[in-house]
Amino acid sequence: MTVRRPTPSQTVGPFYGYALPFPEGETPAAAHHPDAVTVHGNVHDGAGAPVPDALLEFWQPGPDGSRTGAPGSMRRSPTDAGFLGRNGTDFTGFARVATDADGHFAVRTLPPGGVPYLSVVVFARGLLHHLHTRVYLPRALAEAPRDALLDSLAEERRRTLLADEEGERRYRFDVRLQSDGTHEETVFLAFE
Amino acid sequence: MSTRPQDPPALTQSAIDAEIAAERDAYAERLADGLPPVHHPDRGYRPYRSSVLRHPEQPLVAVDDPEAVELSGPVFGVTDVTALDSDLTRQHLHEPLGERTTVTGRVLDREGRPVRGQLVEVWQANASGRYAHQRDDHPAPLDPNFTGVGRCLTGEDGAYAFTTIKPGAYPWRNHDNAWRPAHIHFSLFGTAFTQRLVTQMYFPGDPLFPHDPILQSVTDESARQRLVAAYDHSLSSPEWSLGYRWDIVLDGPSATWVEEGR
Repeated sequence: MTVRRPTPSQTVGPFYGYALPFPEGETPAAAHHPDAVTVHGNVHDGAGAPVPDALLEFWQPGPDGSRTGAPGSMRRSPTDAGFLGRNGTDFTGFARVATDADGHFAVRTLPPGGVPYLSVVVFARGLLHHLHTRVYLPRALAEAPRDALLDSLAEERRRTLLADEEGERRYRFDVRLQSDGTHEETVFLAFE
Repeated sequence: MSTRPQDPPALTQSAIDAEIAAERDAYAERLADGLPPVHHPDRGYRPYRSSVLRHPEQPLVAVDDPEAVELSGPVFGVTDVTALDSDLTRQHLHEPLGERTTVTGRVLDREGRPVRGQLVEVWQANASGRYAHQRDDHPAPLDPNFTGVGRCLTGEDGAYAFTTIKPGAYPWRNHDNAWRPAHIHFSLFGTAFTQRLVTQMYFPGDPLFPHDPILQSVTDESARQRLVAAYDHSLSSPEWSLGYRWDIVLDGPSATWVEEGR
């Protein structure tokens, strides 16, 4: 088996905004789906300031636990090459959302089947290599309280991966790229 | 006549060059001490000033779980791209200004297997070094015939191809008189979310290479070379375009690897 040396990462830079985000990128859940949940929050830097030029991607199993995903996240028009939006039936499992001028993002998705978390990748201007993290949803976690990753973390670190249930089907999850001295830095993950 | 007292002294290119040299020396010492080569940038690479407050200071937590969701990943298909997406010179009424260029290569995983049917996204500045982005205030002309965004799906052999124009260098404000070498941004998916990659492709022989803290954040010389495309005369078309070849290797484990490794 030939092991190839990887192509290095480089920052997404400041100008991805007209290239990577796409309409309905933040809503894998079909409109008016009764099970849809909203996960929202802010991305902060090490001074506690919001990061207005971060891009987050979410990947997750379908509600049935399927991990195959489906094409069509960025469905296009063959007529004018514009974006059509998702087809309203297939669950692609993929979301992409840029933070706004306040460093805020929101995604609307369906609860993942079989695991209590959404997988997240964070890109930003100033970040030379993307970061992996996870959003653990408290309801799903209550049903399956043992999780190898969470169990391996000290309490204050563990807490950075837990979304706050703010209301019915609404969760808060802030990403802290670096501690600002008051708030704990988010746990970021390595997959070797 | 002189700068106001509250203005901090300008951060010069020579100061940044000295920081880059110090980072390289520190890396050479690590190698001499027998530590393995590092392929990716250190997220806290100080010569790139925007990284200072935007990198974690705690070590990453290793996940070694064969059931991790990240070992699978999003998929894309024919509904997600259109035929013209891969030709950035044909997205407007007229042709853009600049050097018509083709960039082609293969997307492979770290075992050398082709990544098939996956999404490749690119974006870049125009020939004058200006992005079609509101926040780019470089006083270089916009080109009404060039947006600078492309997409394609890889073929059965992992191949991708784009037709575009060669982007220009552009100024930025990391330090005084900072210029970025010409580059094309690439976004890539593998078969697993762990293989996700966003990077930049450079053109060979650019005199700005030694002065650019983003490229130099890859402190390993041979890893840095892997970000530079090769001019390939066999890919040039007579009286039409210049051709470059750039292969991409995605890092990170994939689900297929886990199956084979069991």
